Amino acid sequence: MSEPSVPYPEVSEPRVPYPQASAEHLAAGPEVRDSVIGATIAFDARREQAYSEIDIEAWRDWAGAVKGHALTHLDAYLEQAETRLREHGATVHWARDAEEACAIVGRIARDSDARKCVKSKSMLSEEIELNPYLESQGIEVLETDLGEYILQLLGQPPSHIVGPAIHCSLADVQKIFHERLDTPSDASPEDLAAAARAALRSAFLEADLGISGGNFLVAETGSVVLVENEGNIRLTTSLPPVHVALVGIEKVIPRWSDIGPFLELTSRAATGQALGMFASVLQGPAGDEGHGPESMHVVLVDNGRTRALADPRMWESLKCVRCGACLNTCPVYRQTGGHPYGWVYSGPIGSILAPSLLGMAEARDLPFASTLCGACADVCPVRIPIPELLLEWRRRMVAADLTPSSEAAALRAFSAAAVRPGLFHGAGRAFRILPTRGPLSLGRRMLPMLGSWERGRSALTPNRPTFLEDPEGDS
Amino acid sequence: MATCLANQFFAEALRDCVRVLNAQGCAVSVPRTQTCCGQPAFNAGHAKEALQIARHTARVFQQSDYVVTPSGSCAAMVKKHYHDLGGGESEWRDTALELGKRTFELSEFLVDVLDVTSLGDGLEGRRLVLHPGCHGLRDLGLQRQAVRLLERAGAKILPWEADRECCGFGGLFAAKLAPVSLAMADRKLDTLPRTGVTLTSMDAGCLLQLGGRIRQRNLETRVVHLASLFAEAAGVRA
Repeated sequence: MSEPSVPYPEVSEPRVPYPQASAEHLAAGPEVRDSVIGATIAFDARREQAYSEIDIEAWRDWAGAVKGHALTHLDAYLEQAETRLREHGATVHWARDAEEACAIVGRIARDSDARKCVKSKSMLSEEIELNPYLESQGIEVLETDLGEYILQLLGQPPSHIVGPAIHCSLADVQKIFHERLDTPSDASPEDLAAAARAALRSAFLEADLGISGGNFLVAETGSVVLVENEGNIRLTTSLPPVHVALVGIEKVIPRWSDIGPFLELTSRAATGQALGMFASVLQGPAGDEGHGPESMHVVLVDNGRTRALADPRMWESLKCVRCGACLNTCPVYRQTGGHPYGWVYSGPIGSILAPSLLGMAEARDLPFASTLCGACADVCPVRIPIPELLLEWRRRMVAADLTPSSEAAALRAFSAAAVRPGLFHGAGRAFRILPTRGPLSLGRRMLPMLGSWERGRSALTPNRPTFLEDPEGDS
Repeated sequence: MATCLANQFFAEALRDCVRVLNAQGCAVSVPRTQTCCGQPAFNAGHAKEALQIARHTARVFQQSDYVVTPSGSCAAMVKKHYHDLGGGESEWRDTALELGKRTFELSEFLVDVLDVTSLGDGLEGRRLVLHPGCHGLRDLGLQRQAVRLLERAGAKILPWEADRECCGFGGLFAAKLAPVSLAMADRKLDTLPRTGVTLTSMDAGCLLQLGGRIRQRNLETRVVHLASLFAEAAGVRA
């Protein structure tokens, strides 16, 4: 691997590693687990149904190949997209990292005297921590996606790429809306949505600036394409006089004819719909006769992506279309939701992106937050080989000495014994005579892995004799 | 191939495996120098060590016509991962691929190689749930073989909402991320019928995880290794 061209982001507050964060999270009570399991299983079932309606394996082959082509010709397609967008009258900005991206948005806001800003769901805006930056500049930001709006009231980050508030229960929402919007404490989901709608509607009309993300950027036509179900993206990108779209450089696809299938495949993977309720195609300001913003800015953000692209194995993780299907199907994610991962992108895809984008040391625990069960690889619409990449990160962590030293030593000892049958089976016998109960069981409990195993499971009781000591069973 | 976990914790299931194979007319030899397939090291990112163990395993089973193992995940390790362990070394790659072609999980060997359609009818009236195990299921496509033999033996395989979900074992994962691992086991167990059902799997690791949790929670579900059910089906259990 070559030296990173862009420095890794500076760490203001180190992440709490997943093992510790997930343990605390689960100990706090069953509510989040119940909410997340319910929501992810429903999402996953809808996805499975939606996949079964099409020749999904052929679609996945196609989508993975198009993304692979786009990423391996990214320079040309990005310049093509930039040229087209400029022809349409949009302003294109390039941001090397989060700081530059935030500064660009801040400058656009200042130049247009914007004080109030509405924002639609954008994981990239979370990645670059745009909201705190804008607020520090005296600019008010209101989240307009219902889930993000709930989280903004709660002061929490999103816990899922597509359903940012899936960790919240109805009671959580009733409580915070009762406190902040004065709805009855037992308001129905419909009444809660109506209250949010009323609060947001006036904000849309007053906003000076609308900020969105971008699901796809079509190089051929210079189109920022967004898909959604609530209609807030449509309003965010068309009502305020200025629109800023934050787009990761990996979002580019080559041809206009690619967009239909990609929107459909992403919708099927994300929510099990044949298509989200609204698809918006944005390629410049309103001009003289049309509706829409007076000016449109597209901020193309790198923030570590070119470094991932230069990595001969990890570049494939940039194919991700942020559908969240791997989160929904992941049995690990389902137990904890996204927060214990400690980063904006959680679940399997987050665990392979984090070491690329945050640096290996900062994300050392995440590639191990998986049983390598392979469910994610089965559902990824662009065929990212997530388990293989998790394993590759694990190998790199070991090579860089970034795994706990006791664990590495234990594995080396195990492996050394495993090529010496006498030693290996002798160690098995030694383990067998450690008592499971009584004062002498201390030796057993001091084996850290074993102690951890036996909190929550019955004690391991090895057979005597083992099979290899007596294959016939006649002693 | 006994596998290190089954050797220690499911010795009788391994003997049942031998009995089932004998009943099908196979001569079974059990090399005493076998140890582990290398999966713990491989999954933890210790690739060099995994290769050394894989080389040892390949030497141990050099002479066997077939290598049969009552474990989907160890079979998957040999068949799907061994050949990539040597970096670009072609000699190892050839050795590993050749070994992989001779290696089968027990139910796979019985159905796909020996063409067994029925082992016997010794499971009449048994109510089972099958946990196919992730690596057997996803790397090797194992599930239908076991279902077929169990059903032919008279067992009823109950539908199980969480049958294809991971049990939370994952080797070191179970110890390193114990609370998550236990929550995963509970998700599997909480979707089972309360009484009168036997849980089976072709993987000792999964059975240790689920069985250990079942005993800890005092649930009534019985846990039996698939090889032992096959022996029961064939009427060859000791």
